[in-house]
Amino acid sequence: MSWFKRQTYPEFYTNYLESFKGKSNTLETIRFVVFDTETTGLNPKSDRILSIGTVAVTNFQIDVADSLELYVKQEQFNAKTVEIHGLLKEGLITKTEETQAIQQFLAHIENAVLVAHHIAFDVAMINEALKRMNLPKLKNKVVDTGTLYKKTKYLKDETHYSLDELCATFNITMHDRHTASGDAYLTAVLFLKLTALLRQKKSRLSLRDLTGWF
Amino acid sequence: MKNTIAERVLDFLKGFPPFDVLSYEQLFKISSQVKVIYLEKDHFIFKQGDALHDSFYIVKDGAIGIYRDIALVDECDEGDIFGLRALIRNDNYLLDAKAIEESIVYSISSKLLEEIIINNTEANQFLIASFATNTRNPYSDEDKGTLFANETILKPNASSFTEVQSASFSKNPITCDTHTSIKDASLIMSRNKVGSIVITESKQPIGIITDKDLRNKIATGHHDISEDVEAIMSTPVITFPPSITVAEAQIAMLRHSISHLCITKDGTVNSELIGILSEHDIIVIHGNNPSVLIKEIKRASSAEQLQHIREKAQVLLKNYIEQHIPISFISNIISAINETITKRIINLSISEIGAEPPTTFAWLAIGSQGRKEQLLFTDQDNALVYEDVSNDEEVKSYFLELAKAINNKLHIVGFELCPANMMASNPKWCLSVSQWKIQFENWITKPDEDKIMLCNIFFDYDMVYGNQELVNNMSDSIFKAIDSYEIFLNFMGRNALKNPPPLSFFRNFLVEDSGEHKDQFDIKARAIMPLVDAARLLILSENIKDVNSTIARYQRLAELEPQNKDLYDSCINAFRILLRFRTQQGLKHHDSGRFVDVDSLSKANRLKLKGCFKPVKDIQELIKVRFKLSQML
Repeated sequence: MSWFKRQTYPEFYTNYLESFKGKSNTLETIRFVVFDTETTGLNPKSDRILSIGTVAVTNFQIDVADSLELYVKQEQFNAKTVEIHGLLKEGLITKTEETQAIQQFLAHIENAVLVAHHIAFDVAMINEALKRMNLPKLKNKVVDTGTLYKKTKYLKDETHYSLDELCATFNITMHDRHTASGDAYLTAVLFLKLTALLRQKKSRLSLRDLTGWF
Repeated sequence: MKNTIAERVLDFLKGFPPFDVLSYEQLFKISSQVKVIYLEKDHFIFKQGDALHDSFYIVKDGAIGIYRDIALVDECDEGDIFGLRALIRNDNYLLDAKAIEESIVYSISSKLLEEIIINNTEANQFLIASFATNTRNPYSDEDKGTLFANETILKPNASSFTEVQSASFSKNPITCDTHTSIKDASLIMSRNKVGSIVITESKQPIGIITDKDLRNKIATGHHDISEDVEAIMSTPVITFPPSITVAEAQIAMLRHSISHLCITKDGTVNSELIGILSEHDIIVIHGNNPSVLIKEIKRASSAEQLQHIREKAQVLLKNYIEQHIPISFISNIISAINETITKRIINLSISEIGAEPPTTFAWLAIGSQGRKEQLLFTDQDNALVYEDVSNDEEVKSYFLELAKAINNKLHIVGFELCPANMMASNPKWCLSVSQWKIQFENWITKPDEDKIMLCNIFFDYDMVYGNQELVNNMSDSIFKAIDSYEIFLNFMGRNALKNPPPLSFFRNFLVEDSGEHKDQFDIKARAIMPLVDAARLLILSENIKDVNSTIARYQRLAELEPQNKDLYDSCINAFRILLRFRTQQGLKHHDSGRFVDVDSLSKANRLKLKGCFKPVKDIQELIKVRFKLSQML
């Protein structure tokens, strides 16, 4: 890596960086963006994003108006995963080029704290896309609802709890499962329920309690 | 752009009023701006005195309890709206809203409320209704109005009553095409036993042949039966839309000198034929006209004939209810029919006995019949009073025999015998004027629960037949006794408060003050009777005679106490809605309509009924204060 070569970024990316200058400190004022990606497979390097769905949570309210639903045009196509997410290569839905989708996504999330179920994978998918655009990784803080669940139970194991399992545990009616927006919404409800549980345990909850480890 | 989340919200909202009346675009706009809030059990969404939020709420999952101080005011379940009232008042919250169980609620901004919902007349009506349900002061002018739209907008048009009814026409018109021969068309007509056939082309009516054409054009030899129908049909036909009223039909038939009208989808000749309305249909409709029925009753010579006429009246009742004719108008007509039937039966019974009454008497309808509020066939309740005589035993036995004959005939007509035997054939309720006076004095000065119940039934008497003088005497004695023993009214008041209305509906249950849930709603005991009892008590305390119906009583009370006019008006509205609702239920289930299955109630009906509980509660409150009953309870 060259330390001295001054990187010039496209405008959308500098805007994204700009947004991190302002700071929100309390959980009530922080904007969380809950999101999910549907992909052609599970390998961030070789697989591609098919769709991104987001919905924001501010002051512990899911704000349907503050959401994004993107479908990405494909070069690669994995027929096997079609039966899971139902996204065909040429569907009826309006699709966006990957670079456009990432631009829109960054403009939407800004400095929000990102929330997803097993977020490492979704962030890796976005980061790979950024890499293809010669851009650095996401800078946002992240909260993983899988980890958050374990915090409510004081579990320290490595078990993965699927979104299905947790929706069942928390009595969340599942709709539009396996669409990015549908899963993002379910994850947002799960996020509200988990943070409510954590607030019971600790009255002055801070962002660190959500993102950090024990 | 696709918006899966908003679509899901829309799917939910569209199932509930007022969202169900919005257009897809309007509803989508709302859905895409909803905020979703999760509440743990016992968490508040707002508290009394809190500053106004800029939104109102709809329960998505779970249940929200609404409290004043700590008393439960309402329970909201899936699809119920709350937090709206403060928004319309534009002031701090007066109530608490707390999750009774883990809940998810949607919040909708006040901006959208104004922009979309208020501008939709139908949605706005619903909101005003739900708004009025919970208001602390529901009698101010701006809060009233559209809630009772059904009852107030429709003004009775007494003179031409059947004329505004929509005409019922034959829905399966007999048709043929233009190339059918006259002979074949006639065969079709006689096979279907009809007096007319419509000639159609691609389902649109182009001509008609009636019996009269066959007589004038075929039998006279002007045309041959082998010719096509085209040769003799009358064309073009006169068409009307299905909403045609009897009056319109009559005018059209007179103006065009025709006996048949074609009913088409949009009322023009260029749309599909869906029925035919003949002069005969009009005559049949008029046969169910109340004045015709009353004439028939007066001519009837047996109870069996009267039974048949009363059944026709039942059909009339059903039509009126379906057509949203004002309920007080309907009850006047049905009462007039019942009264005429009873009079006719009394005359028939007297001539059957073969001896004129030994002295003057009066036949009294009591209870709901006395109040002229009996729309469905229910039990008969009646009593008899006769002049004081020296040979009481003899006279009484005559009237008992007469009453027995009358009760039996009423039974044949369809009024069940009263299981509690509150009928004139019971020696206890067939008395001379003096005996009634003693009876009333006893009830009034030595009241107990049974006697109060008897007062509630007998004080609502209405003379159906006989000597008015005797009845006036009875009334005088009641007021005299009450005057001398005022505490009686307190007893009556205590009785009037026996059945408080329920709080509201929640899921498949009725919510009681105690928090208890019930799956059946006794609309008579819990809502109608409390209003009836309150009206009777208040009118008695004002010393007013001869005002028997609940509505008339409240109207009189509103005149006497202008300061309470709004409350009394709301009682009248509630009573009308309840009476109509009960009648609909009764007609639908062929019973007294008294018990309502909460499970089967639509959201809109729940709201309508809930709106009636408030005046019941308030009138009971007024009685409690006025008769100083808080210490007696």
